[in-house]
Amino acid sequence: MVTPEGVALPLTLASRGTRAGALMLDLVFIVLLIVATTIMLIYLAGGTMGALARAEDTTPIGHALQFLFILWIAAMFLFRNAYFLFFELGPRGATPGKRLTGIRIAARDGGRLTAEMVIARNLLRDIELFLPLVFLASAGDGDTGAASLAATAWFLIFALFPFFNRDRLRAGDVIAGSWVVEAPRRRLEAVMSAGARVSGVSPATGVAYRFGEEELSIYGEYELQTLERVLRENRPEAITAVHEAICRKIGWDPGAGDERAFLDAYYAQLRARLEAGMRMGRRKADKFD
Amino acid sequence: MAESDPLSAIEAAALRSDRFRLEREADWKRLDQIVTHMEKGRIRRLSDEDVLALPVLYRTVASSLSIARETSLDAATLAYLEGLVQRAWFIVYGPRASLGSWLKRFLGGGWSASVRAIWLDLLIALAVMVAGAVVGWLLVAGDSEWYHAIVPGQFADARVPGASREALRATLFGRPEQEPLAAFSAYLFSNNAQVSILAFALGFAFGVPSLLLLVQNTATLGAMLWLFNGQGLLVDFAGWLSVHGTTELFAILLAGGAGLHIGRSMAFPGDRPVLQAAAEAGRRSAQVMAGVVLMLVIAAMLEGFARQLIDDTAGRFAVGGFMLAFWLAYFFAFGRNRNVGDTP
Repeated sequence: MVTPEGVALPLTLASRGTRAGALMLDLVFIVLLIVATTIMLIYLAGGTMGALARAEDTTPIGHALQFLFILWIAAMFLFRNAYFLFFELGPRGATPGKRLTGIRIAARDGGRLTAEMVIARNLLRDIELFLPLVFLASAGDGDTGAASLAATAWFLIFALFPFFNRDRLRAGDVIAGSWVVEAPRRRLEAVMSAGARVSGVSPATGVAYRFGEEELSIYGEYELQTLERVLRENRPEAITAVHEAICRKIGWDPGAGDERAFLDAYYAQLRARLEAGMRMGRRKADKFD
Repeated sequence: MAESDPLSAIEAAALRSDRFRLEREADWKRLDQIVTHMEKGRIRRLSDEDVLALPVLYRTVASSLSIARETSLDAATLAYLEGLVQRAWFIVYGPRASLGSWLKRFLGGGWSASVRAIWLDLLIALAVMVAGAVVGWLLVAGDSEWYHAIVPGQFADARVPGASREALRATLFGRPEQEPLAAFSAYLFSNNAQVSILAFALGFAFGVPSLLLLVQNTATLGAMLWLFNGQGLLVDFAGWLSVHGTTELFAILLAGGAGLHIGRSMAFPGDRPVLQAAAEAGRRSAQVMAGVVLMLVIAAMLEGFARQLIDDTAGRFAVGGFMLAFWLAYFFAFGRNRNVGDTP
C-alpha cells in the first residue's frame, strides 16, 4: 500500500489461524452478552419464567413485561447482526476479538474503509456462519443424515473459502472489497547507541574496544539486525553464544565476563559503518553480499 | 548522565541515525498518543491543538519513516515507525464520516441512488415475485392439498382450505386487544429482517438462491390470496395486507434485488475483474440493505399497530397506498439530479 504522501506501507495479511482465533473470541463474547442480557431481563421480569404468561395481560405489569420482551428481541437481533458492524465501524476497524489478536480490516484497494464495506462484509456472515450452524444444530436431532451432511458441506464451503485464494478473503470480504491485515502496536524501544555504550569502553575492565575495517566488513545488515535483537532481548546465553561466534569469525580470542560491552561496541561500530555506506549508496545485505 | 537532558542525549548519541531519531521522537510520541486516544474513541479528551496537529504530525512522521528507511538500520525503530504511520493512516484516511453525517448522506440521496442503480435486478426480482405468487395460486387452485405444503404452520391457524367465510373474516378484522402489539411487531421485524438478510447474502451463490427464496415467500402469498378469494374476501385481504405489505414486500424486493445484483455482477463481470465487480456490487447493495432494515422497522410498526387499529378496508388501502407512493417517489424521483452516494 502506498499512502498519498508516497510512503510505501507494507500491509501484512493476517494469518487464517489468527482470524479463526479472533472469531472464536468474538463468538464467546457474543454468547456471554446474550447470556448476561437474558439473565438480567429474566431477573427484572421477577425471576420466574411463569411471569411471562402474564405478558398477555393489559395490566401495567403486563405492559412492563411486554416491554422487557421487546428489549430481549431487539437485543438478540442486535447481538447477531450489529456486534461486528458496530465495532468494525469504529476507529480501530476491529472487533474486540480482532483487537486482542492484533488484526483489523482494511479496504483492499488501499482507499478509505467505508461504512458500506463493513455492512456488506458482515451481512454475509449470516450465511457463512450463523445459518449453517443453526441448520447443523437442527439437523443433528433430525432423522436424516443427508440434512446434516448438507449443513456440514455448507459450513465447510464458507469456512474453507479463505484457503482457496491468495488474499485469504472470506466470502464477505469478496463482496465488500475488504481484507484483514495485521495491525501491530509497537513500543518505541531504547536508543542503542546512547551513552557509555558507544564509546566502546568497557565499564568492567576499562578497555576500549576498537574494531578495524577488516573486522567490521565481515557482516551485513541482516547480521546487524540479528545482533540488535539479541542485545534488546538481553538473554545471557544468547549474548555469550553470539559473542563467541563473532570472536571466532573475526579471529579474536573470546574471553569471558565482558561480553555485553564487547557486543555493544561491535554493534555500534558495525552500524556506523553500514549506515555510512548507506548514505553513499552502498548497501551490504548480509555476510554473503 | 544525559538521560534527563534531551539536548545532551542527542549529542551523546554516536550514530547519526540515532541522533536523527532523538531529535524527532517527541513528535512521534505525541502522534502515538493522539492516535491511541482516537483509537479508543476518547476524541473529546484531546485538546483542539492535538486534533489540528494530527494531519501535520502524520505527514512529519511519514517523512521520518521515508528518511529512516534510507539512513537507519535500527530495525526496532523502523518497525515502530511503520506501525505508527499505518495506525495514523487509518485514522487520517479512515471512515471518519460520523454516523450522523453518514445517515444524512444516506437518506439524502445515497440510498435512493443505489436503489436506482440496481433497477434491472429489481425488475427481475419483481417478475420473480409475481411469478411466485401466480404459481402459488395456481398450485393451490389445482389441488388444495398444496396449501399445507406451501403455507408455513404459523399462518395456517384458522386460515386453511375449507374454513368458513366468518372464520377467515375474523382473522382480518376486529381483534385489536388480542395480541401484545408491540412485542408482536418487534418479533415480526426481527424475523423479516433475518429473511431479507438471507435473501441478500444468498446472492453470493450467483443470485439463484435469492430468487428461490423470493419464489418461496410469494408462493405463500399466492396461496393465501387464493384462499381468501374463494370466500370472496380478496379485496379485504389485500387491504389487510397492504397496510404493512407495501412496505414489507418492497423491502423484500429490494433485498432480493440486491442479492441478485451481486450474483449477476459475479456471473457477468463484464470488463472488470470478478473480484472488483463483486466488491462494487457489494458496496452498492450494502447501502440498499441498510435501507431495507429501516423499511422493515417501519413495516413492523405498521403491522403491529396500524393494521390492528385501522379496522376497515378503505382505511387500510389508504395507508398502504400512501406508503407505496411514498417509497416509489422517494426512490425514483427524489435526489435524481444530485450526484451523491453511488460512487464505489
